[in-house]
Amino acid sequence: MEFLRSTLENGLEIVAECNGEAHSTAVGFFVNTGARDESPDLAGVSHFLEHMAFKGTARRSGDDVNREFDELGAQYNACTSEEHTVFFASVLPEQQDRVLELLADILRPALRAEDFDTEKQVILEEIRMYEDQPPFGADEKCRAAHWGSHPLGQSVLGSLESVGKLSVEAMREYHASRYVPGNIALVAAGRVDFDALIRSARRYCGAWEPLPAQRIVEPPSHRRGFHVLQKQSATQAYAVQMTAGPSATDDDRYAAKILAAIVGDETGSRLFWELTDPGLAESASMGHYEFEGAGLMVTYLCCDPSLAAENLQRIFDLFRRVESEGVTQAELDQAKNKVSSRIVLAGERPRGRLFVLGADWLHRRQYRSVRADLESLAAITLDDVTNVVAKYPLSSGTTWIVSPRAEISPPS
Amino acid sequence: MNSTIHCETYPNGLVLLAEPMPWLESAAFTLLTPAGCASEPEDRSGLSEFTCEMTLRGAGPRDSRQFILDLDQLGVERSDSVTEAHISYSGATLAENLLRALAIYADVVRAPHLPADQLEPARLALLQDLRAIEDEPSEKTMIALRRRHYPDPWGRPPQGERAAVEAITLDDIRRHVSQHFRPNGSILGVAGNFSWPALKDAVGEWFGDWPPAPTAAVVEKPAARHTVHLPYESSQTHIGVAYPSVPYRHPDYFQAWGAVGVLSGGMSARLFTEVRERRGLCYTVYAVHHTVRDYGGVFCYSATTAERAQETLDVLLAELRRLAQGVREEELARLKARIKSALIMQQESSVARSGSIAREYYHLGRARSLDELARLVDGLTCQSINQYLREHPPLDFTVVTLGPEKLEVRVGVS
Repeated sequence: MEFLRSTLENGLEIVAECNGEAHSTAVGFFVNTGARDESPDLAGVSHFLEHMAFKGTARRSGDDVNREFDELGAQYNACTSEEHTVFFASVLPEQQDRVLELLADILRPALRAEDFDTEKQVILEEIRMYEDQPPFGADEKCRAAHWGSHPLGQSVLGSLESVGKLSVEAMREYHASRYVPGNIALVAAGRVDFDALIRSARRYCGAWEPLPAQRIVEPPSHRRGFHVLQKQSATQAYAVQMTAGPSATDDDRYAAKILAAIVGDETGSRLFWELTDPGLAESASMGHYEFEGAGLMVTYLCCDPSLAAENLQRIFDLFRRVESEGVTQAELDQAKNKVSSRIVLAGERPRGRLFVLGADWLHRRQYRSVRADLESLAAITLDDVTNVVAKYPLSSGTTWIVSPRAEISPPS
Repeated sequence: MNSTIHCETYPNGLVLLAEPMPWLESAAFTLLTPAGCASEPEDRSGLSEFTCEMTLRGAGPRDSRQFILDLDQLGVERSDSVTEAHISYSGATLAENLLRALAIYADVVRAPHLPADQLEPARLALLQDLRAIEDEPSEKTMIALRRRHYPDPWGRPPQGERAAVEAITLDDIRRHVSQHFRPNGSILGVAGNFSWPALKDAVGEWFGDWPPAPTAAVVEKPAARHTVHLPYESSQTHIGVAYPSVPYRHPDYFQAWGAVGVLSGGMSARLFTEVRERRGLCYTVYAVHHTVRDYGGVFCYSATTAERAQETLDVLLAELRRLAQGVREEELARLKARIKSALIMQQESSVARSGSIAREYYHLGRARSLDELARLVDGLTCQSINQYLREHPPLDFTVVTLGPEKLEVRVGVS
């Protein structure tokens, strides 16, 4: 296992974890742009642009793009988050150059007006799909309420209105300003021929014009609040709670992930024994999410609406106990074992490593091997967890509930 | 590619299949017990799921807390599921912990406590799951479609029905365990980094004296196969279409599966291209080949705004009918390239392989290596697929729509 890196003259960074034992090669362009980089009138443009990349380039139609990926036998896709847009593919090692050429080409999409109009309908359907399925927008609404006007509160999908109004010219401008080489990392994992990777990158991306791209990172304020949205057609109640957590560059993030596993892993956690095991909730879980300059602890609950208030009170009381009494050494050991095993299993696939490498690089300009991550986890002490709980109290944040019943009293 | 799969049939009927993947640090297992929902009494739907839930609430020397604690200490990433044929328990962990994890699961299937004080919490958990499905229109659509497509009991939803779940007693669960948790008919698939002699001996030690039990014949009722609209308050209309195909064990299975790959596999496949890319009608559209022991089916799904749902259904059905005219060389070439990659990439996942070899054995009575599968895929030709399609054109559609408005099924119009 070897980590290698290089930078093209135009600023495009290339990083790779080369594993000669792997059966496949995973490559991805990680663009440092997402919902937080959109002005309100552009809400949803990053995600829409991700779709448009597959609709053709100067020398390929949309059909050509899909056909050629399939001809390579690639497993490929793209995804957009609050701060990253990623285009990725897993292929057999012999296809490394061809898939890179194709990925590099779609990062310079034609953005034809006709394709834009057709694809807009697909995006609008995607928005409607999420409106129809749990948690019925509670996650995005909670983030917006929690972060107020801070860019991290913006929706990744945008709204029917914002996407409906978006023009292809505005998208072209956004693309020109954000998809610049200094704002993109080319990441590879698995069986990678690194010298060939650099040669290919130079050939296919070398002409990308170096322009500045900035992200304004201001610390967000974390708000408190309790909101219930009545949706009569829903059967279950869905609650999302958000509180502050360590950011992507904060060393406390490892302890925060362990804390989330102790408190809210899908099984064997405190929330599991309190709510899921006794059948009081369909699911109850917690996770830590990291961003540039901010972090979140997010709790999800799905339960019978008649139990929602009682369950939220139980969660609140459970959080208070964690704040006052901490967690036990046995819980810490259990969570470390569980999380370590997950890291090893996910790391066996080049695609699993690709996303870890890409996020490490965009967030921290840092390479961390599986071993380094396991060592950081092993080093966490009860004091580290206690400190994280003290810095980022779990009981004080924003709650969003979608429920067929409007009357749900907040916990006290 | 990998071509070794060890196989051991113990005197009590339990089958152990094991595929070495020594380049991995992990090992995974999938244990299939013949206690799936096809074996439930008709008025006890959800019994398999309920039984599965109860077996995880204490077994052997462990109560439910100790069970989860011990698996967590071993770092076992676990999952359990119920299909028409099996209750399936699977787990993946670091190679050195495999045997200890398997010992725990030997207790789950052989010595579950089924504690009376856990009955109501488990029931509540199942009822919560049933309620949650009410909020998942796509899942509701496909559950209704499977029910209508397959002869009962093969299309039953594992979650069961509310009234039946409310009526299930501890005796029902005990009976289900004593009748259907048995070594004859159980299959244990293991893949990853392990020592075969040690594995074979350990499994023999933990499962070898598990007494076999008689098997019962399944009584079938013909499929309803009719079109239905389920009114539902949603902004999208959800569309499910199914048509009969051959099961996995059929000699023509790969022809049928190849045809579905041309329809829906990769973004250049027909449904994605015609329904989404050209017309922008939907976000999701797919078709998959699904199989139970003696029956197969192709299941298609899409969802779109109510006003465009009729057009979506029309285009979808037109593409299904067009498939009967055959597939083209370049479509097959793309399919083969994708499958070749996918087979090679399976060697990077112990979990995927442990499940695949166990299910292969259930359907065929043996597990094929990745090499053998690759040769079968290589052997597909347009001629063989088109011959199959001439003999088995997509016909006899079952259509389920769910949403604000009913759609018209224009079958037979081309």
